[in-house]
Amino acid sequence: MRFFVPGDAAARAVGADEVAAALARLAAARGIDAEIVRNGSRGMFELEPLLEVEMGEGRIGFARLAAADVAGVLDAIESGAAHPSATGPVDALPFLKRQTRLTFARCGITDPQSIHDYRAHGGLKGLERAIAIGPAPTVEEVLQSGLRGRGGAGFPAGIKWRTAAEAVAPQKYIVCNADEGDSGTFADRMVMEGDPFMLIEGMAIAGLAVGATYGYVYIRSEYPHAILAMRRAIETARANRLLGPSLLGSDHSFDIEVRVGAGAYVCGEETSLLESIEGKRGEVRAKPPLPAHVGLFGQPTIINNVLTLSAVPYVLAEGAKAYADFGMGRSRGTMPIQLAGNIRNGGLFETAFGITLGELVMDIGGGTLSGRPVRAVQVGGPLGAYFPPEMFDLPFDYEAFAAADGLIGHAGIVVFDDSVDMARMARFAMEFCAVESCGKCTPCRIGSTRGTEVIDRILAGEDVAANLALIEDLCETMKFGSLCALGGFTPYPVLSAIRHFPEDFTRNREVEAAI
Amino acid sequence: MAGPAVAQPWTAAETEAIVARHAGRDGALLPILNDIQAAFGHVPDAAVPIVAEALNLSRADVHGVLTFYHDLKRAPETRPVVKLCRAEACQARGVDRIAPILEGDERIALETVYCLGLCASGPSAMVGARVVGRLDEDAARRLVEEAAA
Repeated sequence: MRFFVPGDAAARAVGADEVAAALARLAAARGIDAEIVRNGSRGMFELEPLLEVEMGEGRIGFARLAAADVAGVLDAIESGAAHPSATGPVDALPFLKRQTRLTFARCGITDPQSIHDYRAHGGLKGLERAIAIGPAPTVEEVLQSGLRGRGGAGFPAGIKWRTAAEAVAPQKYIVCNADEGDSGTFADRMVMEGDPFMLIEGMAIAGLAVGATYGYVYIRSEYPHAILAMRRAIETARANRLLGPSLLGSDHSFDIEVRVGAGAYVCGEETSLLESIEGKRGEVRAKPPLPAHVGLFGQPTIINNVLTLSAVPYVLAEGAKAYADFGMGRSRGTMPIQLAGNIRNGGLFETAFGITLGELVMDIGGGTLSGRPVRAVQVGGPLGAYFPPEMFDLPFDYEAFAAADGLIGHAGIVVFDDSVDMARMARFAMEFCAVESCGKCTPCRIGSTRGTEVIDRILAGEDVAANLALIEDLCETMKFGSLCALGGFTPYPVLSAIRHFPEDFTRNREVEAAI
Repeated sequence: MAGPAVAQPWTAAETEAIVARHAGRDGALLPILNDIQAAFGHVPDAAVPIVAEALNLSRADVHGVLTFYHDLKRAPETRPVVKLCRAEACQARGVDRIAPILEGDERIALETVYCLGLCASGPSAMVGARVVGRLDEDAARRLVEEAAA
């Protein structure tokens, strides 16, 4: 009998390891021939730990289990009786059925560390095709797919690749940005823990396309499980010629190593990340030169987010058109959207661009977990704007969000109920920027500290109108004067909070404090 | 990366062994400092000249990197470290309600982290490499007891 208990960190955090241990112990005691696969998460975190068992009618789920529940679940499986935690066939659950999973097609289904499973579920076809068609047509496929950087900036991946491919240098590098520091995001982590060979394949294709023979995956230290999963998968990939001197038997060579961060949010900024791999302070570099010209160790470098590189195997395997057929406007393909914070059905929801914010938060997410009304959602991490429910008709699309003074970033959506104090969230944005600023440019380094102080004065009810004008002015300076998105985008949460929730800034806080 | 629950006392010999393991690696400084941090629970000032010498860097260069990254500590922490996520998603899920339980306990060293990637399962915390989600008051108290045990 084949069982699945996720090894994903979000499942482990709520007891999946204990469930797996209880299952192994009880199955042995009852003489059940049990294979327990530690799969990736299906991305329905309210249901974790979600145990699945292969039955005639597909995989049946048992949700939110504790170790003590496992005996009863085994009874139910053996007798065919009903069980209160049974979900029925997992693939039929509406949260999964409504998705278009291209990048997350395998996550939660396969054994993430089995290259046999990976190949059996469509893996390696992209790399095989890239080897068959060669570097220039591979770059062209990525260009034609319309794939844009999934890390947040949304820059066309194909243009980056073409620039690096055209550069002439003794060594080029592929760097995967797995420094997923935005609150509300976990898709990169899920890929690394749940389908690591896909990322390795994507990086190998990128290496082949631009003539790079070495790659780095820079993973944040807060992700110990992802670090372990990637290191194990890289070793397996080498043993199976998915990495090494002869990719799948071809004359292309490519290898990868994992680098671990040390708790600096700013290292998710691409040039700061390159500095960090070089063993320096993670300070942002001025651009130009672009990393595609002068990147890691001074060499032409492609730096892409986990999700960008993970989309590439599909693009190559199925062709650019198959990917570009999804989406709207200049946002092509699918986006793994992450529903987080105070939300009933939180998790990973991959879908074509164009779905509205309201559908995501209310229909799919089911509103708040607390049951109170939704007051605000922050889209795109700590540097993303806050939106009120009045703007829920906004379609998920790079340009539409930019036009609404926001960004989709890495596609994390954090939901807040009506107990949130938006002035405090604005203060938090400034404080976060002050804590995480690399210190290289003044608007970010000094502006964030001054910004925190000004909001403190507003919170205290001092000269509120004048201080609001001052904070708007400061935000203008940070937006246009900062070297990177940390200082440059911190104004998004601050100004959106002021614009959409002015009542939180203007009520008399002195009176409130006195009570 | 998260180190062992109890760090070993610092020695120059073990520091040199760590440095030697990374010999010839491009950009070796951060991996070396991470390993020193993991082994000893901090990167003492006495380790700086050893690392600088081996990598042909100035002590100022090493000091600059050491003081940049939040994970790298210059003083030892003898108590078990509990990292509590205080980022937006965990705020939305009520971390401010459970934080006082952890803040009030002298047996643990409480650190703030911004995001553990458990944003639909918060409030969340990490002890060593162990992650814990859906923290409520009771779970937070249990976490402290287990960490301090």
